[in-house]
Amino acid sequence: MMDQLPALQVMLPMVAAPLIVIIRHPFWSWLIATLISVCACWVSWLMLQQVVDGSIIRYAIGGWEAPTGIEFYVDRANAGVALLVSGLSSVVLVYAYHSIKRTVDTSKHYLFYAGWLLCLTGLIGMVITGDAFNVFVFLEISSLSTYMLIAFGSDRQALVASFRYLVMGSVGASFILIGIGFLYAATGTLNMVDLAARIPDTESPRAVLVAFSFLTVGLMIKAAVFPLHGWLLNAYHHAPIAVTAFLAGTATKVSLYILVRMFFSIFGDEYSFGYLLLNWVLLPSAIAAFVTMSLVAIYQTDLRRMLAYSSVAQIGYILAGISLATQQGLTAAVVHMFNHGMVKATLFMAVGCVLYRAGHAHIPSLERMMSRMPFTTTAFILSGLGLIGVPLTVGFVSKFTLINALMEKGWWPAVVMILASSVMATAYIGRVVYLMLFREARESSASGEGYQEVPLLMLVPMYALLALGLYFGLFGSQTLGIASGAAESLLGGYQ
Amino acid sequence: MKIYARQRHRVLQVITRLLVPFVLIFGLYVQFHGDYGPGGGFQAGVIFASAFILYGLIFGLQRTRRVLPPSVLRWLMSLGVLIYAGTGVLTMLLGGNLLDYDVLAHDPLHGQHWGIFAVELGVGVTVTAVMVSLFYGFASKR
Amino acid sequence: MDVLGLFNYWVVVILMMAGLYILIARYNLIKKMIGLSLFQTSIFYLYITIGTVDGGTAPILVDDPSVVYSNPLPHVLILTAIVVGVATTAVGLALSVRIYEAYNTIEEDEIRAANAEEQDI
Repeated sequence: MMDQLPALQVMLPMVAAPLIVIIRHPFWSWLIATLISVCACWVSWLMLQQVVDGSIIRYAIGGWEAPTGIEFYVDRANAGVALLVSGLSSVVLVYAYHSIKRTVDTSKHYLFYAGWLLCLTGLIGMVITGDAFNVFVFLEISSLSTYMLIAFGSDRQALVASFRYLVMGSVGASFILIGIGFLYAATGTLNMVDLAARIPDTESPRAVLVAFSFLTVGLMIKAAVFPLHGWLLNAYHHAPIAVTAFLAGTATKVSLYILVRMFFSIFGDEYSFGYLLLNWVLLPSAIAAFVTMSLVAIYQTDLRRMLAYSSVAQIGYILAGISLATQQGLTAAVVHMFNHGMVKATLFMAVGCVLYRAGHAHIPSLERMMSRMPFTTTAFILSGLGLIGVPLTVGFVSKFTLINALMEKGWWPAVVMILASSVMATAYIGRVVYLMLFREARESSASGEGYQEVPLLMLVPMYALLALGLYFGLFGSQTLGIASGAAESLLGGYQ
Repeated sequence: MKIYARQRHRVLQVITRLLVPFVLIFGLYVQFHGDYGPGGGFQAGVIFASAFILYGLIFGLQRTRRVLPPSVLRWLMSLGVLIYAGTGVLTMLLGGNLLDYDVLAHDPLHGQHWGIFAVELGVGVTVTAVMVSLFYGFASKR
Repeated sequence: MDVLGLFNYWVVVILMMAGLYILIARYNLIKKMIGLSLFQTSIFYLYITIGTVDGGTAPILVDDPSVVYSNPLPHVLILTAIVVGVATTAVGLALSVRIYEAYNTIEEDEIRAANAEEQDI
């Protein structure tokens, strides 16, 4: 069974989703979704064990070997991303039970969890597939279910946010489709390994260039890279908070991973960064993202919206690492993908706990949260420190690596900008922490004094993720080791 | 003559009654001919669903729902995906890769035949169910 | 360069731009969905054009070995993309219906005004 792991990874959630629709029971559908997600996580852990030494799994679907058929291609980089996706899905699903019970009508629970599993199928499939067109198909599976999940949000603005994301997301996916079409026209193949081999001596370099631009823009929309991030803010703000926690940790990261795979493995860094000078597009966009978005985040009055802006800023850090196109820069990008995924999911889960008790996440009315909900507040503060990048937290590990990589290349202005945006992050997290810890509650908000701590089923997954984050902060060398291996695989291209 | 609820659409109703069986048979032809000729689950599913949609347009949603209740549709929708995925799981259990039909029968050619048949059947069932339930969904709004 | 020989690609470009224009310039959600469909249809057309072979016939195997076939792969890909497009349109329209039920309008500027009002209260 060990050689069937890549297929199992995709098939598990895909089989479970229709089963949930048939069973149609709120509790059982949650239980099945959670168990399947945990199984998928275990499978991806086994897969990572197999490839962590640098070997590669190539799984031919239907027994048709690679350039003819569709294959799953698993190496260090995407096994890690698959683990991140399925792991976060498991943790957030455990957490989701109470929070979804509160906001979603019980008769629709089965649809919610089936949609969640389809989203998981799509995300994992996108990560491990080795076929360019399959990326598009899995991307659409995950996107369509994401639109549905966002529309489950409690207020009517969720519908508008979902529609806006649908329009933006479909345009992005269509751009990717055009790009794949041009690649196929230029090379006559869809297999990624084969594409990488055939692109250098293609007869129509202009078609390859067009394909490259369409793919880049399309993936940038899906990854919410700075000027194309418009859909993300409303979607994160109005979606059910469990969905936000899941998406913030995984969806944009998966698109970024595909982007990296495309830049370095399919087209090669010689083409992307040597010939097209892509770093002069990516780096300014990254810097603009983490400076302006951190600045805007300071002035937000809703906790979810503040964190959404901060997400765009963090994507900027990852992009800065990618734009370096060096081993160290890519290591920083990969490590930050993981660390930010964990930290942001924890933060959104903490916000979900506040929402669960208070019913809103209005920042000025968060006074004295510490005395009302001590565990939630502690989790928020600790992961907030991780977001800022205080030493001994995960944020520090990735930011330190990123700054090192930038200095190695001599890009001092970018380093200064990162430090400036860290100060701003301190401001927007610090403002909330100050309110939570020290500000005396105003008389008018005394009515909320009776908040209790949230159910254990919400606290445990949040603290599990927090503990994992703290562990990786203290022992950063472990993730760095895997990440630098992943970066090596990505930079080395396909063998 | 009680079954013809609205007398002024008599021509349409009679023609529809005549057409629906042929549309259904054509759908089945496209479905089961799909592994050797042009056709397949997607096309067949849409053709099959179009028969129900035509019936619904002429005779009204109420009567179509009695023929094909939404609860059955939900079953069919999941069942189709399960047939597809189940074929994949079966091939894996029989020792092949995912959707490697060779292992389904003693002769690889027969295996391929059975495999593509099952997969197309799953696709057809799901597409029919999804198309009809889309029609129900939008038609039931005011 | 033979401009008329690229007739198909001109159609693709015009359809694509028309779709994008509708998508950007119209505030009506249903019209936005129409624009999106148009945009996606142009991509299907692009794929079909890529797949043609000069003098090729429909890719159905016949006994005569001298027959030239068109490339069937883009057709298969586009069949998948069409299904995806239908699904996207269905989700978009379903969302529009829900938005209409919630806001009583499908004009984006009116929805935005309603949202702004909500935030002021």
